[in-house]
Amino acid sequence: MFKWIHRFGSAPFVYRLAGLLGPWVGWLCLIVMLVGLYLGLIVAPADYEQGESYRIIYVHVPAAILSMFVYVVMAVSSAVFLIWRMKLADVVAQASAPIGASFTFLALVTGSLWGKPMWGTWWIWDGRLTSELLLLFLYFGYMALRAAIEHPQSAARAAAVLAVVGVVNIPIIHYSVEWWSTLHQPATITKIGKPSIHPSMAVPLLLMIFGFQLLYLYIVLLRTRIGILQREARTSWVANLPEIESSGANRV
Amino acid sequence: MTSDKSALQSNDTAEPLTVGILSLLTCIIKREWLVAFRNPGQWVNPLLFFVVVVSLFPLGVGPSPATLASIAPGVLWVSSLLAVLLSLGTLFDADYADGTLEQLVLSGQSLPLIVLGKVLVHWLLSGLPLLLVSPLLALLFNLPVASIPVLMLSLLLGTLTLSLIGSIGAALTVGLNQAGVLLSLLVLPLCVPVLIFGSSAVLAAASDLGAGGQLLILAACLLLALALAPLTAALALRIGVSGTR
Repeated sequence: MFKWIHRFGSAPFVYRLAGLLGPWVGWLCLIVMLVGLYLGLIVAPADYEQGESYRIIYVHVPAAILSMFVYVVMAVSSAVFLIWRMKLADVVAQASAPIGASFTFLALVTGSLWGKPMWGTWWIWDGRLTSELLLLFLYFGYMALRAAIEHPQSAARAAAVLAVVGVVNIPIIHYSVEWWSTLHQPATITKIGKPSIHPSMAVPLLLMIFGFQLLYLYIVLLRTRIGILQREARTSWVANLPEIESSGANRV
Repeated sequence: MTSDKSALQSNDTAEPLTVGILSLLTCIIKREWLVAFRNPGQWVNPLLFFVVVVSLFPLGVGPSPATLASIAPGVLWVSSLLAVLLSLGTLFDADYADGTLEQLVLSGQSLPLIVLGKVLVHWLLSGLPLLLVSPLLALLFNLPVASIPVLMLSLLLGTLTLSLIGSIGAALTVGLNQAGVLLSLLVLPLCVPVLIFGSSAVLAAASDLGAGGQLLILAACLLLALALAPLTAALALRIGVSGTR
């Protein structure tokens, strides 16, 4: 019944699958993001309190959601790697770390740019900002630990343990807004039943979140392909790939 | 590592010696205690570091009693966090360098228990002295006397949690060059909840509010760390010892 899952343990299969899906995901991401940006920046009305500057929400919220989402993906694939020794799960975790760190950084920067006109300050030591900063340090720690250990197998397993341990911070970030009721506003769209946002603003926001997820998927597919090639560089199936043969890299 | 070999080694039989949980734990604690006792720097240095760091703050911030009293909970907590972190380097490194750690991993005994024993002794030698010296520093910082029991209780729960969380980081970085800096980067983000609730407990007590909630959360963190940290650190140690670095 679950035989199909074993095909995801095969590096050539995943390499080809990622290569096949990549362009489709990329183009879909571009379309969704363009539509989302058009609806968000041009069609949606200005906010009654915040004016035009609220529109940074269309970058800030998706980046913040993705910063946590990518960490969870990283932690889950690290757990899969530790439990079932599935090497490709580690490739995905390694590929995700810099992307997640970038989304976290983007969320912090856009939040800070939004904070200046709204709160009158670039930075406040509020629960969510601080825990988002800690998430950035967690990503840095993961990458630093990986870089510090020379033996690739040990590095992969030690970093996987760290990723799984660090996942305790995710609920802290998510609920920080409710635990410390400081400046950061509570979640806008996740309220079930009665959303506090008008559909004309919610639709572009949801589109942008979807677009960011597609962007993550697109980059992770690219990076997974690179990761597979790096790990399997000495195998014959890599040497026989048309793109490698034509580049002449294997003759060196 | 001379007087206590007999308890850990199997006595000339092929079967590994089966040791009860408590006797294994006491054996490890005795051994660690002996090693640490003969190397006083291991527990004196973190304590001195703590006192020096804390006494730097009045010089940096200015000696106004009101300011000092308001920053005291944070200063004491951050300094003890740093002191615990500083002492974590000694948790596994000496044993890794002389091969003892490998023997412990191979001994067939429960590695999480061994880790727990090592962490308990580490806390007795690094956390407990901080705890004992903290009332004196609190008085120097003009903290209300009534909040000192809360400070000590929060440090009791907190430093033990920090030692446990730190053991994961120490195990992950065992045998690495420049492990100290990396260790701080790995452990500090994980220690933040403890820091927040620890210093807010003291702050609440200093302004005559109840600190019960924060202390209970600290106790919950401690229980969680007590249950999971030794298992995780043992896994990380196996990775560190098995891999060629």
